[in-house]
Amino acid sequence: MTDNATEEKRGLRSDQFSGLMLLALAAYVGWANREYPLGTLSYPGPGYMPLILAVFLGVLGLLIALGGARSVRLAAIKWPEATRAAVIVAACVVATLSLERLGYRITVIVLLVFFLGVVERKKPLPVALVALGFGFGSQYVVGDLLLVPLPRSPWGF
Amino acid sequence: MGETVEGLLLGFSVALTPSILVYAFAGCIIGTLVGMMPGLGPLAGISLLLPATFGLNPIVAIVLLAGVYYGAMYGGSTTSILMRIPGEAASVMTCVDGYAMTLNGRAGPALAIAAIGSFVAGTFGVIGLMLLAPTLAAFALRFGPPEYTALLLMGLFILAYMSGGSMLKTLAMAALGLLLGMIGIDQMSGFTRFTYGVVELGDGISIVPVAVGLFGVSEILLTAGREEPPKVQRPKLRELIPSREEFRRSIAPIGRGSLLGFLIGVIPGSAHIISSFVSYGIERRLSRHPERFGHGAIEGVAGPESANNAASSGAFVPMLALGIPTSPITAVMIAAIMVHGIEPGPLLIVNQPELFWGFIASMYVGNVVLLILNLPMVGLFVNLLRIPYAYLYPCILAFCILGCYSVNNSMIDVWIMLVMGAVGYALRKFDYDLAPVALGLVLSPMLELSLGQSLAMSAGDYAIFLERPIATTMLALGLILFAFAIKPIIFSGRKDWRANVGLEREQS
Repeated sequence: MTDNATEEKRGLRSDQFSGLMLLALAAYVGWANREYPLGTLSYPGPGYMPLILAVFLGVLGLLIALGGARSVRLAAIKWPEATRAAVIVAACVVATLSLERLGYRITVIVLLVFFLGVVERKKPLPVALVALGFGFGSQYVVGDLLLVPLPRSPWGF
Repeated sequence: MGETVEGLLLGFSVALTPSILVYAFAGCIIGTLVGMMPGLGPLAGISLLLPATFGLNPIVAIVLLAGVYYGAMYGGSTTSILMRIPGEAASVMTCVDGYAMTLNGRAGPALAIAAIGSFVAGTFGVIGLMLLAPTLAAFALRFGPPEYTALLLMGLFILAYMSGGSMLKTLAMAALGLLLGMIGIDQMSGFTRFTYGVVELGDGISIVPVAVGLFGVSEILLTAGREEPPKVQRPKLRELIPSREEFRRSIAPIGRGSLLGFLIGVIPGSAHIISSFVSYGIERRLSRHPERFGHGAIEGVAGPESANNAASSGAFVPMLALGIPTSPITAVMIAAIMVHGIEPGPLLIVNQPELFWGFIASMYVGNVVLLILNLPMVGLFVNLLRIPYAYLYPCILAFCILGCYSVNNSMIDVWIMLVMGAVGYALRKFDYDLAPVALGLVLSPMLELSLGQSLAMSAGDYAIFLERPIATTMLALGLILFAFAIKPIIFSGRKDWRANVGLEREQS
């Protein structure tokens, strides 16, 4: 058997990994659920259904892991977009933190300038046009026409 | 029958008022654009538009959202045929032969047959909805908590049976969704569960941030860094007319797809997605020349497109008649109605005839609007696909944040959306279907409440489910289907219906 073939057979499989993750999640839910009264089979308490579901999820996770020997190797799953995805999530987290502090318009304009100008490296003029157009346009349509209250900055806009 | 005609006349008197017509028209256009944009399927589109409907009257709101729904189903097929990019998941099968037809220089007929099939199936689906929903609602008036418990359990069993990919993964995702639905105040005991001191979580997790995160944000994370868009063909009006042979070959697949799609649409799960896969498999199996499939067989466009549109209408039957969503999309639409203080369910037709019949009539109107608007304007719509994705996705993300915040004016919803986006991204990398998560989230509180009420009725005796014929029948039916679903797992090597229609192979 060649080294490549041996390497191919070794290592954790994607379904084994994801099944074990589900099992871990189920174990956590079961542990967190201990605070709620279970009740009885005839009169289930608030902790009964979550426990049943956690056990169900755990069993399914275990079955997925056990049957996952033929799935692709975990290392074979490619994550080429992961870095950019992480940047996008991080930018959205910052925007979410800023939304009620800086107001909707400023937050969205800054967010779009970051995505278009820094992440996508577009030219300044289109970046400014899209960011300002979207920021003011969406505020006008959603906030002013459809009367959905959007967060405002401490300076009132 | 007389009552149905009377109701329909009432519906048309509502649907043909100028304001409703304008909103139906707007919904169809928005839906078409949403369906064409990768990353914004019908669910994310409807979820994002939901806050904008709060200020509208309930009939207008539901007509607008329904227009977005079936408009998106149509729009998804355009990108599938012209660019091999399914705007939404139900159009995946249309890519196969639709894009092959484009390469063969037959993009116009493929678009025309997709539109005609969608129109025929959509109209057939509305007729089915019109005839079936009132009958089902009248029957459902006999339902008590045990019947609802049995119905919800049967829905989950059927979800397992009809899952498009791995049944274990589908069930695991449904369990995850059901667990998410446990967050918040338990309606029977008043206990607050899994809120970790966050007051806003007391009301539970709303479907909108979960849907936008799982289906919208995760798609953007997966497609981030995409290169400039490929060249797009713009078929001219005169190129749209199919040949006589193409028409002849499409008639039977449209008929079969319409019937099949409607029936699958009524049952829980990602009906419009499954129906298109099953329809494609059936057409290939019935064809005398199955080798043509994958190389531009028009039956491979006509069948799946008809099926997914009929399924969209079918999904409204349990939503309107029973108040039970069978898909995440109908769950969001139920939320849209409930915001206005209207309780969907068997009494909806009696208490809100204008809403029910106006909605049905607006679907007839919407189907006609889509046919006469979209075919001549397809060249105009495809211009949207020329917008570089680098400009498109930041705006979609900003819309996601805006939409989720607007539902409850709550930052918690935005956080939930982001978490769900990241979770959805990871789950999709590991080939998990996300629709059962959203469905489980919505069904979970209903299931727990009806089970609790059933046991309270019977003093804790589970025999109540066996003493009531409707509940017993539904449970038995669900268990039989579940047994069929797990048969291939127990007897390894046995093929089930997915393999027979080629679903497993297409999904892998």
